[in-house]
Formats: sequence, structure tokens, C-alpha cells
Amino acid sequence: MCTCSGTTKGCSTVGIKVGVLALQGDVSEHIAAFSRALSLMGCEAGYAAVVPVRRAGEIAPLDALVIPGGESTTISRLIDKNRMRRQLHLFDGGIFATCAGMVLVADEVDDPRVEPLGLVDMRVDRNAFGRQRESFEADIDVKGLKEPFHAIFIRAPLAVRTGPGVVVLAEAGGGAVAVRQGRVMALSFHPELGGDLRLHMMFLEGIEKTKHS
Amino acid sequence: MKLEELRFGTELIKRGFASMQKGGVIMDVVDAGQALIAEEAGAVAVMALERVPADIRKAGGVARMADPEKVAGIIDAVSIPVMGKVRIGHFVEAQVLESIGVDMIDESEVLTPADEQYHIDKTQFTVPFVCGCRDLGEALRRISEGAAMIRTKGEAGTGNVVEAVRHMRAVMGGIRSLQGMNTQELIDHAREIEAPADLVIECASRGRLPVVNFSAGGIATPADAAFMMHLGADGVFVGSGIFKSDSPELMAHAIVEAVNHWDDPKVIAEVSRGLGEAMKGLDVHLLRDDERLQYRGY
Repeated sequence: MCTCSGTTKGCSTVGIKVGVLALQGDVSEHIAAFSRALSLMGCEAGYAAVVPVRRAGEIAPLDALVIPGGESTTISRLIDKNRMRRQLHLFDGGIFATCAGMVLVADEVDDPRVEPLGLVDMRVDRNAFGRQRESFEADIDVKGLKEPFHAIFIRAPLAVRTGPGVVVLAEAGGGAVAVRQGRVMALSFHPELGGDLRLHMMFLEGIEKTKHS
Repeated sequence: MKLEELRFGTELIKRGFASMQKGGVIMDVVDAGQALIAEEAGAVAVMALERVPADIRKAGGVARMADPEKVAGIIDAVSIPVMGKVRIGHFVEAQVLESIGVDMIDESEVLTPADEQYHIDKTQFTVPFVCGCRDLGEALRRISEGAAMIRTKGEAGTGNVVEAVRHMRAVMGGIRSLQGMNTQELIDHAREIEAPADLVIECASRGRLPVVNFSAGGIATPADAAFMMHLGADGVFVGSGIFKSDSPELMAHAIVEAVNHWDDPKVIAEVSRGLGEAMKGLDVHLLRDDERLQYRGY
């Protein structure tokens, strides 16, 4: 148990509830990564929760929602089949979106087969780096991190246009691969597949700040 | 990002691709039209084939890799990943499919084996591989050759889920039986199941395979698909079950929803209504051993 009960400065994540949209994709990897990030930040199980989210009614009570990697066409269809679109629009907590998730939070996508949620002012191209054989690992510089981040790009999307309210955290391949607009962080790579949790922690710190300000 | 420092086709990239398929349905298709139906229904990927397994059974003769022209047509038609099958051991067929941009290769017992001694050395490829298995030992042998994803074999082209169930239970039970063994016992057990000891030890500590494991071979209804998810599948391959049914579009949508809500019988009931006939299917017990595709590979 976290011994500070939320009173210690720096232990900011007490009581936080993170949900991972569990329609399709690498849900368990995200749950494991966020659980570890929260414990690294000093918050033990019982004081914070990371849960899979499979129904529309489970979204509103969350402090943060993760939209995982997977197939964006599949997740987009399942959002509608599960009548989640309205709840996702109304949700006012933090959103952490990776790969397929980045496609889904955009307001413009190059492919009509995906209906995005329009939460970040950017245009995203799907599979912008190519097919699976062009998927790669590379070290990238991310704004706010002292050391480069080892990023895993799998059939990755790319933000080819970002609006004035969007902070570009990292660039590669002629576009943005990590962005932040207010409470939403979107990454075209997969921090949940590597062991480096700095981006998870950066996101969680931001959530705490928006919730308590 | 320095272009010369990019790393392609690493184990992390290959296994990561498989992880993105989790909770999904991968559908066999034989042309661009079927591929579009599969994508529209919410398939996470399609398997591009010359014929679905039920028709391979009927046609007889040697079943080979699909015509690259056909595979390329399917790649152009859809935005989801496209997989292709190659004969067991036939690494040149695999090189061909890799060169035209297939996203994952299935080294498959559904096609006629090309090498009865060796499977493909999958570490030599940038593209990831999925391979079939009937039990834990076979799964780990394929992983040690570089498979980034496993599917239990079942008995393809039968529309009969019984073998899929047998193989999934064998893999999951095989992993459960490792619990409680000490390292010495695990190493001894590895010899028994003819699997590398390091992978057996890894399975024991994780409580699961080190890669994603789908179910295949005989899934013909939404309830079959949900059944396999209950038994521990990370997702399902549906071969003949969709395009050999009365209404492929409805069946494709229904199976996607059934996998999404595998633990909710009300949803399974809802999506199963009015689908028409599922594929007719075969009684596996009436097949001779040499007609059983699952015995191909070791």
C-alpha cells in the first residue's frame, strides 16, 4: 500500500482510475504498462486501478482512458457496435492513444474506412511508413524527456498536419509521431511494448494536474 | 531519428504485430471482393488463399501458395494486414510472399508439405510468421524456429470445432501442468515434450505462451468462436466458415461481435439469430488419418 494516502507531495496518482478500451488490440500490454508506471510513481495496488473497459457505461467514471494499438478499422466499427461513440465524446478525462488509437483520436484520417473521434486537431495517415516489413524500432527525441526514447513502430500512422493547439512532442518521417493537445496524448508508436515507461508517467502527471487544478 | 539506425524485423516488431491482432478475427478470403467483405465486417486481417480449406479438400492434388497476382490484388483492395499461406518448409514460397508485401506468413499444414524434415527457418525473414500446433511441445518448437504467433491447428475445412477444442485444451493444459514444477523438473519435462528447455521455463514463469495464440481449424459459428475464446484463445482464424456459409456478410459480422463479447451469452444469442445455414461440415471421425491435415508437420 502507498503509505502517504495522497498527502505526500509527489505522490500524485492516488485514487486514479485508468481504463483501457478493450474492444480489440494489445489491451493486456497496456494494462501491465500502466500498472507498472503507477507503482513506479509510488502508488500501489488498491490506491489506483487499471481496468479493461468493454461497455459504454464504464467510460464516464474513469480519470484516464487508453485507446490501444490494434486495427483502427476494427476498433472503429466496434466503437459503434458497442454504442460507445457518444460516451467517448463526452468523456472529460485524460486520453492516452497509441498507434490505432492515434488514428482514432484524430479529426481527419486519410482513409474513409475509419471514422475518427475528432479529439485532436490533426490529420493522420494510416500505415504511413508502409507495410509490416517496413515496421521498425528507432531511438527518437521526445520533448520533455532528457534521453532519447526507444520507439517501436508497427504499421504506424503519422500526423501529417497538426493544428495550432497541438504540441508536437516528437517528429519522424516528415510528420509528428507524438503529440499532445490538452488532456489527450497520441503516439504513433508502442511504448507499451518496450520497458520504458517515461511517456506513461509523463501522461499520468498531466492527468493529475488537470484533475486537481 | 537516424535512418541508418532503424531496425527492421526484430523479434519485438514481429511479436508486436501479432499482439495488435489480439481479440480479433482473421478471415480466409480468395479474392478482393471477399477481402472487402471481411474488412467491412471488422476483420483484423485477411488470409489470402487460392481456395478455402474446404475446397482444397475437395480439389485434392497438391495445394500450393496462392498466385502472387491474386495476393497482390487483395493487398491493394484492403487497408488491414494481409497474410498468406506457404507450404511447410517451402522457404522460397515464403520469400515470394515477403517480396510482394504480405504482412504475415502462415507456414500451414493446410497446404501440401514441401519438406517433411525441416520447417522454415523463420529467423531469416523480416516478415513475421504464424505456425500451427496441436500441443505445447509443437508450439514451442515453432517458436524456437522464429514463429511470432501460434495458432492451434484444429482440422481445417471441416467446419467441425472438435479438433480446435482438443488442441487448445492441450496447449492451455500443457502450460497449466508446468505450474508447481521446479527448474529440474521443467528441464526434464522439456525433453519429454521435445521442446527447448528455455522456452518451457519461460512458459512456466509467464503462465502462457511467449507469443500470441489464436485458434483455427473448424470454427463455423459465432458460438464456436466464443467457445474458443473461453478456452484461452487470443483471437480466431475463420477459414471456410464464413464464405461457405449461407450469408457470408452476416456470418462475418456475427463472428467479429461474438469474439468481442465472448463471455456474454446474450450477445452471442443476438448475433446468432437468422444467420441461415452455417457451412455443412464434416465428421472428423470419418476422415482417414492421411486426410487429416493436422498430422502434417511435427
